[in-house]
Amino acid sequence: MKLTVKVWRQGTPADDGRFETRTVNDLEPSLSVLEMLDKMNDDIVKEGGDPVTFESDCREGICGACGILVNRRPHGPTPLTPACHQRLSSFNDGETVTIEPFRSGAYPVVKDLMVERSALVDVMDAGGHVQVAAGTAPDADTDRITYDTAELALDFAACIGCGACVAACPNGSANLYLGAKLAHLSMLPIPASERGMRADVMLAEADERFGPCSLHGECALVCPANIPLVAISYVNKERMRCALRGKND
Amino acid sequence: MLLDSREPGGPADEAWSRAKKDYRLVGTSNRRKFTIIVVGTGLAGAGSAATLADLGYNVISVTYHDAPRRAHSVAAQGGINAARAKKVDNDSVSRFVKDTVKGGDFRGREREAFRLAEVSAGVIDHLNAIGVPFAREYGGSLNTRSFGGVQVSRTYYTRGQTGQQLQVAAASDLARQVNAGRVKQYVRHEMVDLVVEDGRAQGVIVRNLLTGELKPLLGHAVVLATGGYGNIYYRSTLAKNSNASAAWRAHRRGAHMAMPSFIQFHPTALPISTEWQSKTILMSESLRNDGRIWVPKEPGDSRPANDIPEGERDYYLERKYPAFGNLTPRDVASRAAKDVIDAGHGVGPLKNSVYLDFRDAIARLGRDEIAARYGNLFHMYDDATGEDPYTVPMRIAPGAHFTMGGLWTDYQLMTSIPGLFAAGEAGFGYHGANRLGANSLLSACVDGWFTIPNTVPDYLAGHLGKPVISEDSPAVTEALESSYSRFDRLLGIEGQTPPRDYHRRLGEVLYKGCGVTRSAEGLIAAIAKIRQIRSEFYEDLLIAGPVDRVNQELEYAGRVEDYLQLAEMLCVDAYDRDESCGAHFRVEHQTSGGEAKRDDESWAKISAWESRGWSDEPVFTRHTEPLEYEAVPLEVRDYR
Ligand SMILES: Cc1cc2nc3c(=O)[nH]c(=O)nc-3n(C[C@H](O)[C@H](O)[C@H](O)COP(=O)(O)OP(=O)(O)OC[C@H]3O[C@@H](n4cnc5c(N)ncnc54)[C@H](O)[C@@H]3O)c2cc1C
Ligand code: SF4
Ligand code: FES
Repeated sequence: MKLTVKVWRQGTPADDGRFETRTVNDLEPSLSVLEMLDKMNDDIVKEGGDPVTFESDCREGICGACGILVNRRPHGPTPLTPACHQRLSSFNDGETVTIEPFRSGAYPVVKDLMVERSALVDVMDAGGHVQVAAGTAPDADTDRITYDTAELALDFAACIGCGACVAACPNGSANLYLGAKLAHLSMLPIPASERGMRADVMLAEADERFGPCSLHGECALVCPANIPLVAISYVNKERMRCALRGKND
Repeated sequence: MLLDSREPGGPADEAWSRAKKDYRLVGTSNRRKFTIIVVGTGLAGAGSAATLADLGYNVISVTYHDAPRRAHSVAAQGGINAARAKKVDNDSVSRFVKDTVKGGDFRGREREAFRLAEVSAGVIDHLNAIGVPFAREYGGSLNTRSFGGVQVSRTYYTRGQTGQQLQVAAASDLARQVNAGRVKQYVRHEMVDLVVEDGRAQGVIVRNLLTGELKPLLGHAVVLATGGYGNIYYRSTLAKNSNASAAWRAHRRGAHMAMPSFIQFHPTALPISTEWQSKTILMSESLRNDGRIWVPKEPGDSRPANDIPEGERDYYLERKYPAFGNLTPRDVASRAAKDVIDAGHGVGPLKNSVYLDFRDAIARLGRDEIAARYGNLFHMYDDATGEDPYTVPMRIAPGAHFTMGGLWTDYQLMTSIPGLFAAGEAGFGYHGANRLGANSLLSACVDGWFTIPNTVPDYLAGHLGKPVISEDSPAVTEALESSYSRFDRLLGIEGQTPPRDYHRRLGEVLYKGCGVTRSAEGLIAAIAKIRQIRSEFYEDLLIAGPVDRVNQELEYAGRVEDYLQLAEMLCVDAYDRDESCGAHFRVEHQTSGGEAKRDDESWAKISAWESRGWSDEPVFTRHTEPLEYEAVPLEVRDYR
């Protein structure tokens, strides 16, 4: 198959950026959108041009490195699927596909499709962890965690950190990402013992870096990890809990 | 030269406790006088950096990713082994060691297998404490499943995303130390050389991937936790950026490479179906617990799978290995698949795969139970191939996966360069000639959280009072200059062919010449081809794009250059090891039944390589370390 690709080109963070239109031939519907970019880059390089910069690594939908807007939608047309697993079979032969970097105030463009997502990391670094030194942990079987609780915690823990939720949100809120972590750690006995402190510092950092949530719900529609929308309610829940208790537990 | 593994003497099962008792310590107030550079933020790197920092050392952590959480460990699906023996299926530390040593076809160190087993329970406890939501039984205790190569259930897991959960927890453990100011984190920085001064590793040269700037990072010791090099085969199950460069650059500075040809081909990778496919996605081998593997009995049978009647299917693993059946170890399963494919029984459009069929399991357990067990994997398969595995059998094929070889290290995980340590898949330890499923996440965690934090201080204790070398010391200047001139040289070629082309060609040569099976003849031919590709690379390489900004082509070119050298050593090692063992199957050495024939008399030893003369014809020197088995006597590996 053949596609016309309108791809965003931006040399440096300071540049204005613009769309460049190219045709990519000899594609197979089973290829991913990223493999299509590989092929397009090969054409560009052979013509002596500068290939389009984009990020990816595992290409298995788990590292969260990939993330682009495909036809204005974070990751691409297929729901619950990261860019590296979006297939060309979603498009018709000859169709025009628009590819851009994630658009969000929190994500400056580095080059072409590559953005800086360190704000996500900073929020996690602030408090998304548990204070246990290696070798001091108690036997994992002593604290019983029921099957249902463990499974529910895992539903929230599945976030791959791709940041698509922020890119989809009209306010640039990170509440799906943030809530997923707060929810996950609040359900496990040892991590739960630091809930208050965690909520306090993570929320303070997030308030500075991201926009507020006004319940649009766009985030969950593009999340490749299927993080349930209810995750966003944990942000306020943990905020309230922390404020009401007035102590860091 | 004979290498000294510096293993503790005495009974094997007490080696680790004894070693720990004997290690020298650094007093708490002296720790902050030491700086340790940890390259890599996978399980091994994040664990090492976090724990060393928690102990009070200054730690510098480096990764080429934008965030530690993206390290390749994130992709592991199946699970992590531990000899916790909580069930009544008779598991124990000694059984774990036996499975590991035997699984590795007696080409790994027994004492390291003991350390792996002994520390394993603590690894699970730690991971649980820092937020891994391990699968639980209904009553609340940890659940386990079984994996290829063992007959007990010792694999802990979190659905099909064990690696992700472990990696995210490890990254958060590291983040805690970054946040506390005890770790200085360099993201988007790639290590491109090692600084060796006074015969000791004292720093690394890193390249800022956003600006292209080169910079030295200096310290008292360096830990490489930079993962495996399976990507040398171009298409593999690894993340696209995984590479050999850090280890190879350390090798070029004098660190021996141990058994580089020991590469595991995973039997349940997705087959290649189109040219532009960028990798062979891995399907977790936990699928082999319920899926049955077969091919049509008739070569060339091109009927759709469901039209082939039961009597005309060859469940070749169950036929050949009745005791283990579909759960035979990976090397055995991969070879059996290659045999049937080579004999014309392969299925799929390119006839390069075998079926993994859930029909019987769905009939026995119901669709819902299968969906509960493997739902996300089925979804992933459907997504990648457009076929529904609930109704049509999956297609799988062997793909390059895990590297048992790597930097040679002694029992302390120190390489042949004092002060340079290797942890996780970057090293060669534990797995021998074949890794058992779910032992690798464990080894990366054991190295990271438990071994390195004991052995690096033992080394540092001997260097108290020594300052970090200065940025203008001769070794730093030399390493910086050689890195600059290396990149300038690559940029100066100004040819016509992008790095990907060389990598692709190299991959084809390696799959053919040093793949699931090897022969002397094939290896010699492969070496000649590799040299050819290498010389073309230096004549016609094209690097597009700017040098002072992100340039993924230049990053790639450096990695491919290293692969083109390592590839030759890989073939030399495979040629030199004139026996079959584990994943290394030399067709000259097989039993009448087609099984691998080991030669313990000549080859119960580790080969560790030194190389010189890369500007011209490389010269390889093999050093050896004899292997001895005390608790698990040498025996023929038989899974029938
Ligand atoms: C698809 C797949 C599934 C797997 N499933 C399982 C499983 O179920 N169970 C199991 O036990 N094992 C499994 N494995 C194997 C296991 O995941 C790996 O062996 C293990 O995670 C390696 O961990 P590591 O810490 O050594 O390295 P990695 O996690 O690979 O980390 C390497 C780190 O080094 C950094 N790095 C590398 N080079 C440089 C450089 N030059 N400069 C700066 N940074 C650098 C990277 O950025 C990264 O942070 C699987 C492997 C694959 C490919
Ligand atoms: S919540 Fe979903 S969309 Fe947001 S970062 Fe996590 S995986 Fe990506
Ligand atoms: S490349 Fe890893 S999630 Fe897409």
